[in-house]
Amino acid sequence: MNWEVISSYLPLYWKAMLLTLRIGWLGILFAILIGFLVAIVRFYKVPVVSRIAGVYIEFFRNTPLLVQLFFLYFALPKIGIPMNAEFTGALGLALLGGAYMAETFRSGLESVAKIQTESAMSLGLNKSQTVLHIIFPQAFSVSVPAFVANVIFLLKETSVFSAISLMDLMFRAKDLIGLYYKTTECLVLLVFFYALILIPVSVLGDRLERRVRHAEFGD
Amino acid sequence: MQNLGIDVLFKGTNMLRLLGGLWVSLRISLIAVGFSIALGIPLGMLMTKDSKIVKAIARLYLEIVRVMPQMVLLFIVFFGTTRIFGWNLNAELASVIVFSFWGCAEMSDLVRGAFISIPKHQYESARALGMNSFTVFFFVILPQTLRRLLPTSINLVTRMIKTTSLVMMIGVVEVLKVGQQIIEANRNSSPNAAFGVYGTVLLLYFIGCWPISMLSKYLEKKWSNS
Amino acid sequence: MSKKEEIVRVDHITKRYEENAILEDFSLSVYEGEVVVIVGPSGCGKSTILRIMNGLEPVQKGEVTYRGEKVDGKLGSITRIREKVGMVFQSYELFPHKTILQNVMLAPVLVQKRDKKEVKEEALQLLSRVGLSEKKDNYPRQLSGGQKQRVAIVRALCMHPEVLLFDEVTAALDPEMVREVLEVILSLAKEGKTMVIVTHEMAFAEAIADRVIFLDAGHIEEEGTAEEFFRHPKSERAKQFLNSFTYDKVVHE
Repeated sequence: MNWEVISSYLPLYWKAMLLTLRIGWLGILFAILIGFLVAIVRFYKVPVVSRIAGVYIEFFRNTPLLVQLFFLYFALPKIGIPMNAEFTGALGLALLGGAYMAETFRSGLESVAKIQTESAMSLGLNKSQTVLHIIFPQAFSVSVPAFVANVIFLLKETSVFSAISLMDLMFRAKDLIGLYYKTTECLVLLVFFYALILIPVSVLGDRLERRVRHAEFGD
Repeated sequence: MQNLGIDVLFKGTNMLRLLGGLWVSLRISLIAVGFSIALGIPLGMLMTKDSKIVKAIARLYLEIVRVMPQMVLLFIVFFGTTRIFGWNLNAELASVIVFSFWGCAEMSDLVRGAFISIPKHQYESARALGMNSFTVFFFVILPQTLRRLLPTSINLVTRMIKTTSLVMMIGVVEVLKVGQQIIEANRNSSPNAAFGVYGTVLLLYFIGCWPISMLSKYLEKKWSNS
Repeated sequence: MSKKEEIVRVDHITKRYEENAILEDFSLSVYEGEVVVIVGPSGCGKSTILRIMNGLEPVQKGEVTYRGEKVDGKLGSITRIREKVGMVFQSYELFPHKTILQNVMLAPVLVQKRDKKEVKEEALQLLSRVGLSEKKDNYPRQLSGGQKQRVAIVRALCMHPEVLLFDEVTAALDPEMVREVLEVILSLAKEGKTMVIVTHEMAFAEAIADRVIFLDAGHIEEEGTAEEFFRHPKSERAKQFLNSFTYDKVVHE
């Protein structure tokens, strides 16, 4: 392993990581928003909209992100919708993640027993108070493990961004391998930077899971 | 109505080529699923044992698979082995190795989860009826474990199929790559082919994965309260 | 005693699940300070009556009035009445994500907009009355069933309800915990609280009831004082029902 090579590549990788993080977190943020709204629509079985939401969820959960990105980036401009690469990356991730988050949040909401709602209402809480103080907090703590898994999954999925010519970590690694054949160094850096992104999330996720379990069980 | 390039697919053997590409992805998935099941089940059962060493190694293995993108693993195996061992690994073989490595981890975790979810008193009550440990395992524990395992492992198949789309990034000519080639070849006669072709690929994946997902959901519902 | 003010009236209610009638033209009035106990075989609609009184169950026919005011489906009226009607469930239904004290304080602060400090003071006082003040910062999971049910009663009491509904509150409890919960309810009865109780504990029912309603297949089969019903049941169904709680001595052949 050549440390000189590594240190000369470091800034390039650093920049690539920032791009991955920027688009990744933007996509995940919107995934959470979409997921939340879609879950509410599904949970309350809002007529028509709930059906559409169901089709959306099934479609995005049963197709690969890579193909979704190809479609968004290369096909949509053909029908007159201009797309740029960064926007496509974030949009693709948000749509994919939204479908996963929606299922996570919905099953969290469904896990709160109906009689808990009744118990809150029998104390005189109105609908929105019940949702805010009783249903959401419980649904949230149930959703946390799957939520953390989704975030990790989505961050890993960002590794296909190079397919729509975003200069992310994968792009950087492939590019440098092709140019200078320093394969070992390039791959070590690749692993290092993905670990740098994902291990903190994994550790924080574990912490969060333990925290909510503590709140729920109280021991 | 402008031409959206769906007609390209019906020119010559294009549709057949596309389906051929799909078969390449499916083949990789199926072989990897086969290896995942064959290796993941014994590994998962091993992980239920109370050995510190086994637990530590398993933990490390699962954590690597949990945080490393499959794309990175593909790069390591495809580019890395060439470099270190001087092998000229074929891209499809590299893919099978990576997806088996990933699938085996997922499978073993599912197996472990299914086994430890069986309540202890199921073993105890079976033993109390005078069954020996062999009978207990095959007639009491295994059927219950399978019911928990089957829906989640069927789900793993759809994830495998979706994830194999990555192999085009290391040069395997699968459905998306074939689609790209078709679009390139018809660039002049059908400039909007990207819409029709990529739309079709998207749809093909959906048609492939959705029924399997539904089956998994159906089994999960059917067996969840029994 | 029938001259006392009527608090809740259930008026000619018919309730069906799909095709099955649960209650058929059912009426019941509860007067101030009265303890009404509803008994009857499983599935006879006892719990449904309580749920209807609290507006948790839609009905096909009839209405519920509370001090003469109709409880309709409209949200405003129903939550206002629920404030005044406390309900305790068989499965406790404490909020698992809140501590004991938070469970008790939630509704008075949120719904009645009462002063936090004053509510806390009252909550602690009520908790110590049922012997649970040192559990105030625990979570429901850490309590036994009997303790949880006592908290649930305190939670209902803290709202100053005018009538309390108890839905088989000891049915999920271990036998040795039943008494600690029933003692609390007995002491409330002594204070003159208005209550409607659904229970399978016959000795308790006899001790606490001013009036017993025997429900069978969705209608009132028999009604009377505790003494009348338990000592001198009139109908065959009631006799059969009461007999189901005793066993004949085994005679060896």
